[in-house]
Amino acid sequence: MNASIQDLELVSVTKRYGATVAVDAINHHFRPSSYTCLLGPSGCGKSSTLRMIAGHESVSDGAILLAGRDISHLAPAKRGTAMMFQNYALFPHLSVTDNVAFSLKMKGVDAATRRAQALEMLSLVDLTDLADRLPDQLSGGQQQRVALARALITRPQVLLLDEPLSALDPFLRIRMRGELRKLQKELGISFVHVTHGQDEALALADEIIVMNNAVIEQAGAARDVFNAPKTRFVAQFMGGHNVIALPEGQFAVRTDAVDITSIENGMLEAVVKAVEYQGTHVSLSARIAGDQEVTALLTDTAFFSNPHHPGDRIGLHWDANNLHQLTA
Amino acid sequence: MNKLRENSALTGWLMVSPLAFVLLFFLVLPIFLIVVVSFWRATEFSIIPAFEWDNYAFLFGSPVTYTVFFNTFKYAFVTWVCTLLIGFTVAYYLAFHIRSLTWQIALFLLCTIPFWTSNIIRMISWIPFLGRNGIANSTLISWGVIDEPVEWLLFSDFAVILAFVHLYTLFMVVPIFNTMMRIDKSLIEAARDAGANGAQILWNVIIPLTKPGIMIGTIFVVTLVMGDFITVRFMSGSQSANVGRLISNDIALLQYPSASATAIILLLTVLLVIGTMLRFVDIRKEL
Repeated sequence: MNASIQDLELVSVTKRYGATVAVDAINHHFRPSSYTCLLGPSGCGKSSTLRMIAGHESVSDGAILLAGRDISHLAPAKRGTAMMFQNYALFPHLSVTDNVAFSLKMKGVDAATRRAQALEMLSLVDLTDLADRLPDQLSGGQQQRVALARALITRPQVLLLDEPLSALDPFLRIRMRGELRKLQKELGISFVHVTHGQDEALALADEIIVMNNAVIEQAGAARDVFNAPKTRFVAQFMGGHNVIALPEGQFAVRTDAVDITSIENGMLEAVVKAVEYQGTHVSLSARIAGDQEVTALLTDTAFFSNPHHPGDRIGLHWDANNLHQLTA
Repeated sequence: MNKLRENSALTGWLMVSPLAFVLLFFLVLPIFLIVVVSFWRATEFSIIPAFEWDNYAFLFGSPVTYTVFFNTFKYAFVTWVCTLLIGFTVAYYLAFHIRSLTWQIALFLLCTIPFWTSNIIRMISWIPFLGRNGIANSTLISWGVIDEPVEWLLFSDFAVILAFVHLYTLFMVVPIFNTMMRIDKSLIEAARDAGANGAQILWNVIIPLTKPGIMIGTIFVVTLVMGDFITVRFMSGSQSANVGRLISNDIALLQYPSASATAIILLLTVLLVIGTMLRFVDIRKEL
């Protein structure tokens, strides 16, 4: 019973815009105090799902449960969720402190108390020095932290993040994702994070939900989703996989699980097409029967101890348990 | 020739000169002439170039001046309040309640249709409506709301302000609508996410962010009303006066120096009003 206190659950949640179905009866149970990433290409329904959980989009069908309570038709602020917007949506006319204290002001908390609480939140995101600045006097990373503080001051059970890192430059993105992860661990609440970057999802998430065409393609622990994709879409979207059609069906095999041997020892015969040096690794693409391309990611020592060139005939080999059958 | 072309200072001067020329000839020079004339001496039958303060002394010595300036401010203030309330409501409705851009544009254009006719015609068309035996009075009588015609509908301050509001509300709608359209819709979602209700969103988010538009509209309305003379004359039936009418009367009597002095004082007053308003709101972002 205790374990379900902060559980967020989607029960056949559907979103329709006229005749188009943006989210098609998805079911998912989010584990409490976990970091979950909703991952998928644009238009897959991940943002609509997040906005329905937040209450900024109505649910056409189904229910959203938080801590056993149906929240699907409550006002955003009554749900126990808080949202961090993609472009942060900071109020440009309010100082950092007033932005953070906004929800307290709406509740009618007096000025001294809300300032004290806002400063407490700002110290959590390490921004106390900039408390009196206006949002457009801050850098992107700082603005993001203000948005985070503003969302967290409502003491949500679930924090919803809509592509929070997409507006940052690559260097800052990597630093901020570390901070997000750390903050989630400290607060012990659930984070639901929408992204289209698989590297971001892998780096952050306890659990990844891959969406495509309004449905969940696969959900599970980050390592399981990456290592054992269930569908062709997941294998290709997560990257690092070869999708091969064999007589027994469609299979995914990780590029770094493919070994190069001589033709006699290999399971498949192949012709080297291209060799690309990538620093720590060498990426070798080869053509196998049926005009299919297979990429093998080899460590540079392994490759240069027995180098191959385009046109060479080689054998490909992998462990049987690295071969994952795809259902679609 | 090449040397000339390389002279970037010269190019710069040449580039600003057309605008500078236009402003100099059509703005600075006329105002300068008005200032000069305002110091001339006038008698019943002649105007003599001079430099004396008589015109100003007469202007500030006459109680009529103060009444008329007070009247001008009264018209400007009441019109401003009415146009602001109506203009803000219309702009708010267009910007936040109409969902599709096509409808927003269509309804916005609808607002401008009355402006396809001239100011004077729109103003005069109120006369048969508001008159003693006009449409308004006869309708009210036939409904039994009143027993005899209401006298203050036409040729009164009410009529003047009604005409001003009718003429100038669009000048309030346009800048406010423009500012509102630039408000990021996610700000409103963020406010709702923080638990704000409709009134709180309006007061804490929309109004503060719309202030520059309100200020631009205010400048339009205040300057137009303070400089107007024809509306006051027609709609008050020559029973009320504002500064514009004072000037136009002087001109009709060929008292150019006196008219110039009044004009200069009006100009300074308007500049002072706008200068004060601009201290409160930064409109640079809108320009």
